[in-house]
Amino acid sequence: MSEAVAAAAERVPLVEMRNIRVAFGGVRAVDDVSLSLYPGEVVGLVGGNGAGKSTLIRTLSGAHRADSGEILIDGQPQVIGNPRDAKAFNIECIYQTLALADNINAPGNVFLGREATTPWWNLDDGTMEDATRKVMGRLNPNFKRFNSPVQSLSGGQRQAVAIARAVYFNARILIMDEPTAALGPAETAQVRDLIRQLKNEGIGIFLISHDIHDVFDLSDRISVMYHGRLVGTLNKDDVTTDDVLAMIILGKKPGEATREELEELRV
Amino acid sequence: MADAMTSAPASGQESNRGPRRFRGAVAATEVDVRLFGMLFALAGILLGFHIMSGGKMIQPANMVTLVVQASGVAIMATGMVLIIVSRNIDLSVGSIVGVVAMSYALLMTDWLPALGLGLDSPFQWLVALAAGIGIGALIGGFQGFLIAYVGIPSFIVTLGGLLSLRGSVWLLSSGAAVSGLHGEFRKIGGGVLGSIGETATWLVAGVACLAIIGLIVYNRRQRQRYGFPVRPMWAEVLLGAIGCAAAIGLSAFANSNYLPPGLATQFAVENGITEPPGGLKIPLGFPWPILLVMGVTLAMTFLAIRRRFGRYVYAYGGNPDAAELAGINTRLTIMKTFILMGVLCAIAAAIGSARLNGATLDVGQSDELYVIAAAVVGGTSFAGGIGTIPGAVLGAFVMQSLAYGLSFNGVNSPTQNVVAGIVLIIAVGFDTYTRRRGSTR
Repeated sequence: MSEAVAAAAERVPLVEMRNIRVAFGGVRAVDDVSLSLYPGEVVGLVGGNGAGKSTLIRTLSGAHRADSGEILIDGQPQVIGNPRDAKAFNIECIYQTLALADNINAPGNVFLGREATTPWWNLDDGTMEDATRKVMGRLNPNFKRFNSPVQSLSGGQRQAVAIARAVYFNARILIMDEPTAALGPAETAQVRDLIRQLKNEGIGIFLISHDIHDVFDLSDRISVMYHGRLVGTLNKDDVTTDDVLAMIILGKKPGEATREELEELRV
Repeated sequence: MADAMTSAPASGQESNRGPRRFRGAVAATEVDVRLFGMLFALAGILLGFHIMSGGKMIQPANMVTLVVQASGVAIMATGMVLIIVSRNIDLSVGSIVGVVAMSYALLMTDWLPALGLGLDSPFQWLVALAAGIGIGALIGGFQGFLIAYVGIPSFIVTLGGLLSLRGSVWLLSSGAAVSGLHGEFRKIGGGVLGSIGETATWLVAGVACLAIIGLIVYNRRQRQRYGFPVRPMWAEVLLGAIGCAAAIGLSAFANSNYLPPGLATQFAVENGITEPPGGLKIPLGFPWPILLVMGVTLAMTFLAIRRRFGRYVYAYGGNPDAAELAGINTRLTIMKTFILMGVLCAIAAAIGSARLNGATLDVGQSDELYVIAAAVVGGTSFAGGIGTIPGAVLGAFVMQSLAYGLSFNGVNSPTQNVVAGIVLIIAVGFDTYTRRRGSTR
């Protein structure tokens, strides 16, 4: 266990999700999962398709309600009934789909649902564009098309807008669902730098990714889900990529898998 | 992300090598090209019919009539834009107009007098108007509730509304037409009595010019304050000049619409004026329905682009999930669009019933079709998220110009419908084509 993680363990977690269950009809999408996240920590959440990663995380961002279980923020039990509640706790989420309104420009999307207004409650486009120019200057310095609908932007630019939205509003808890899936190598590197930077600022980050190297590179701890269950949460330094891959595919912790099962994976 | 910017082509330059300098100039003014295109199309239609009629059609009295005829549909189309933009439809608008128009008539002739507020009371019409607008808002709100909170598709709810509200018109009046409205109320319908006169019309032009210049200066200052790129000065001046010229021109045009000679003579006799040779020329100026269209267009445009409500309507239309995830109260937003639609129907009903001096059973019948057509011709897309208020108003004028122009040239009404239908399809087809070509931007 690294010293940083050990120190973190003594503090109160930013978020603690306890015994979360979500079912769709008869399907247990998330089955009794508990997770925690500390300030300045990146927790990688991995698992195959349909493992329940996104559903779990959507209960935290307010997009879904959990059927049962508890969410504690700064040690206090809280109810997150909708995305507005989540945002009130400074939980920001970058969805895999980006969740952008394609017909609206970048400042409009960054401020969607939280528009800056003048004293007479009119939209304050100047303030919003100014703020967006500043935050985008950090994420994507070459970006200039502040008045085009985001529909007309490239994949990387759209991703930058989605990230800008999450970062601008002083997120304390950041959820990133496949943040690099749509990006080229240079852009991916930029997002990685950003994650490290945000981590250093003390933000807690849940990172969902299919890319095991991304996860190993950035995470402090790694949680593996399998068919809605949590297989286990491990310190990155204690495991190898092979261990994690075995957990993702077999749904068993490193010690539990039999030699035959591991042999089969090698083939 | 750095290289992504350079790989994105600048808008449309690859495919169009044409007169690039002109394109650049148009882009510098940042005007809505589609809207200007529609203005030219409208001018072309009017001019075509003018020539067909041997140069008789375009004159103040005819144009005022045309606009007044289109006013109800134009006003409702502004609301229909927001409904269609947020991926719904309202088929009940014509029937709402029917119910509210009948309510105005019954309120003024029957219900309010029963409460001791007769037609002779100076403010009776205001009470009736407020009540009618309330009725419109309630009907819209109820339908909106069923759509947004209960989750019944808007097509079904408003189709039910179309049928049951039209039936309600019958039930309200026991199948009879009602007439004899308050004198002040009748002014809402325009005509000789319902026009604001020469001075007030110039005043409107003056206020409009000041507003246009003020807006341009304000916007420029705002952008300069933050150091954003601004339009070149010549473009600002040109836009201001065009705007002011349009305001003054329209006012002058309205002021060259005179009181009919017979009525002018009567007026002269009543006021002891000796008529000059060639008759007394009394300019009528803008009629109230035109002012209402202008006011509603401005207010709705403001709502659509300067207020949160409008932003949420467009965001929902562009991506309902994104709107929901952004924490927008999407249900309330949708319900509000239908309340607004009900209020706009009530305003249209006021114009319609005031012009009729009463209400018949079929006031507003088929209006839903013209309103939807106006919105769609004006560039509103059923895919959601796209459409402008001024576009829909222009769309209403385009459709009415066709109908008016054809009937002015003696084309019978079945043929008018054939033409209107074909134009609707061509307009939307053209729009889809240009959008598809432009979608690579």
